Formats: sequence, C-alpha cells, structure tokens
Amino acid sequence: MRNGMWWKSFLAVWMSVVIWAAFYYAPRAKALGETTRVLFFHVPCAWVATLSFIVAAIASILYLRNARPQYDWVAYASSHLGLLFTVLASVTGAVWANEIWGDPWNWDPRQTSIFFLMLIYAAYFALRSGIEDPAKQARLAAVYAIIAGVAMPFFMFIVPRIYESLHPDPLINESGKVKMNGKMLQVFLSSMFGFTVLYFWMLRQKIALLRGEFMLMKKLIQEGEAR
Amino acid sequence: MLSLLSKGLVVFRKDLRLEFRSLYALNAIGLFAVTTITAVSFSLGPVRLEPNILAALFWVVIFFSAMSGLAHVFIREEEQDTGDMLRLVFPPNAVLVGKWLFNIVLLGGLCLLIIPLFVIMLGAEVGNWPAMLAMTASGVFAMATVSTVIAAIIALSGSRGALFAVMTFPVALPVLMTAIHGTRVALEGGQLADCGNDLKVLFSFTIVIMTVGFLLFETIWRK
Repeated sequence: MRNGMWWKSFLAVWMSVVIWAAFYYAPRAKALGETTRVLFFHVPCAWVATLSFIVAAIASILYLRNARPQYDWVAYASSHLGLLFTVLASVTGAVWANEIWGDPWNWDPRQTSIFFLMLIYAAYFALRSGIEDPAKQARLAAVYAIIAGVAMPFFMFIVPRIYESLHPDPLINESGKVKMNGKMLQVFLSSMFGFTVLYFWMLRQKIALLRGEFMLMKKLIQEGEAR
Repeated sequence: MLSLLSKGLVVFRKDLRLEFRSLYALNAIGLFAVTTITAVSFSLGPVRLEPNILAALFWVVIFFSAMSGLAHVFIREEEQDTGDMLRLVFPPNAVLVGKWLFNIVLLGGLCLLIIPLFVIMLGAEVGNWPAMLAMTASGVFAMATVSTVIAAIIALSGSRGALFAVMTFPVALPVLMTAIHGTRVALEGGQLADCGNDLKVLFSFTIVIMTVGFLLFETIWRK
C-alpha cells in the first residue's frame, strides 16, 4: 500500500510539472504556433498505446508457453489501457488536425492506423466476452493478440510509408533525427517518461484488481464445494 | 513436409466433397456477392463509377462475401462433432493446410463470378488485365489466409459467425488497403510494375500470417 502511495504521489507531481511546462516553459514551434503543444500529450499517448499492445502480445506469448493466469491478467489489463490510450491519442490528434488540416478526421494513414489499433482492441474484448470457460478464453484471446501483434507493424510502419501522409514525421522517421529545440525536447521526453510510468502504475492497479477478482472467485468456488 | 502437404490435401478433398454435397458455403458467398452487386447496379442505373470507387466496392464485396462463408469450414466440424475425429487422425497443421486450400479455392472461385459481374453489371473497364488478375489473385490469397486462421478461433470460441467479421476486419485491413490501392491502379490502366509495392505488401503479409498460423494453430485446435 505504501509502495502504491509512492507511485501515486510521484506521478501527481511529475505530471503536474509536465502539464505546466507544456504550456508555459516550452516555446512555440515556428510554423505551427500554439498547436504544437498538443504534441507533448498526443505522442506519449500514441507511444503508450503501442507499448501496451507490445506488452499484451508478449504476455500472450508467455501465457501460451506456460498457462499461468498472471500472464493473462497482464495481457487483459494492458489491452484495456491500450484501448484507453488509443482513444486519447485519436482525440488529441483530431484536435490538432482540426486546427491545421481544417478537418478533425480525414483518413490520413496515421489516423487510419491508430483507428485500427482501436478496432483490434475492441475485437479482442468482443472475443473474450464470447467465451465462458476462463482457460479457453485466455488461450484464444492470447492467440488473437499474437496474430494482431504480428499484423500491427504493417499498418503502423509499412502502410503509412507506402501511401502519402500529411502527418508530421514520426519519431522513428527516415532521417532518424528528432526535429525539436532543447526546451521542447526536455518537456517532450519528460512527458514520455511520465506517461510511461503512468501506464505501468495503471497496469499495476488493474492487475491487482484482476487478482482480487480471481481470488474471490476461487474462494466462492471452494466454499460452494465445501457445502 | 511432404506428408503434411499430402495429409492436407486429403483434408482439402474431404472438405471439397462435403461442400459439393451441401453447397452451403458456395451458396452463402456466391449469393451474397450477386445480391450486393445487383443492389448497387440497380440503384446506380446508367451511371458509371470511378475506378477508385469500383476498386473499393470490389474488395468490400469480396471481404463481406468471405465473412459470410469462410468460417463454415471450421464451424461445420464443431457443429457436426466431426472435429474430434479430425484431431485424432490428422496432425493440426495438416488440418490448417486443408482448410486453407479450401478457402483459397472458394474465394478464388468467387472472384471468377465477381469480375464478370463487375464488367457486365457495373460497366467496369479494366485498363490492364494482367495487373488486375495479379492483384486479385494475391489479394484473395492474403484474405483467405487471414480469414482461415481467424475462422479457427471463431469456431472454437462458441460465438460462431457473429464475431467473424468484427475480428477479421482489423487484422485484414492491411490486405484491404493495399488490394484496393493496387486494383485502382490496374483499373486505371497502370502497369504491373506500378502495383509492385502493393504486391510485395500482400505477399509478405500472407507469409507472415501463415507462419504465425502454423505456429499457433495447434494451440487453437486443441480442445
């Protein structure tokens, strides 16, 4: 519990500083003006969405190797957070696109890829809800998460590079350079770090909740059998 | 490897024979395609569609036709309780090979029906036939691969057909996007080389999904 408080307090301070710095400390970018400030929230959200997807895929592989329910909890919890952060990344992206492109949604390859990441998460939950047996649910969901994980690089990295996109260069770009000045980079990296810690804290909370549910179910079943 | 293929061919022949007895999947996907194209043609009248809309429509018809029939190959085994026999007699990957070949043939056959319908009923003018056929063949190949692997999950999940389209769509999206792009180029008269990137994406995607399918199928197929 004390450990949990530490995480929470650290995040509260760190994220508050990041939010303040994004608006007051970081300078405006030359061409895009005030709208660039969304970058400090949009990119970390997209990063966390991708990270949770990778964590879910790895946990799924581990689950298929030795069927421990803990791995399934990680995959399930991480997918939940992934869905949340894809929504946040889409919304922050749409706010920016509305200002710069004049339209919140225009099926730019980047928007398409985040949208379909969202659909994959939704399909994952739909599959889980359709299976009652917990072991089978975990096994088939793990398989789906791996297949989706394999398909993901195609629309995160390959498709947006084949078709023209108006999206500013992503972090992993062709020239391999980060085009930001010093202060912007400081805020940006702090925000990336803050969001990553936030993700792991939320994951921890969610897993604790799933473990609680699992223990409760186990206890109820044992009591039922004893009667 | 050879025995896997020959056993796979046995499963394929079994499925083909069963299909010709009932014609369930053939009717489902064939009639779905005809109904959709007729509905569009009827509502358009003499209006001719642009290549980009035709290409999108072409793949939407193929995708949803596939969704109405391709899962049947696995669902039938579960509904008729023949899956356990198949589990005993054949190694899992031979079953996957058999079902995969069956779905490729089914979807390929569907395209032989759809392409003439597009030309006759929607007045589609194909600018470059070799490119069009290459795009269709590689798209069908990729689509059949993705849907076969997802169909196995669906059949065993107990939710049957209800979730099939929902689950296949996000995974098959790279196929749809590249196939629509390449088909548009072919309809507009572009050369085969202009579709090169699309063909590469489709080919590599098929290989990747099939490899994962072979690695994971045993886990799905186990009861």
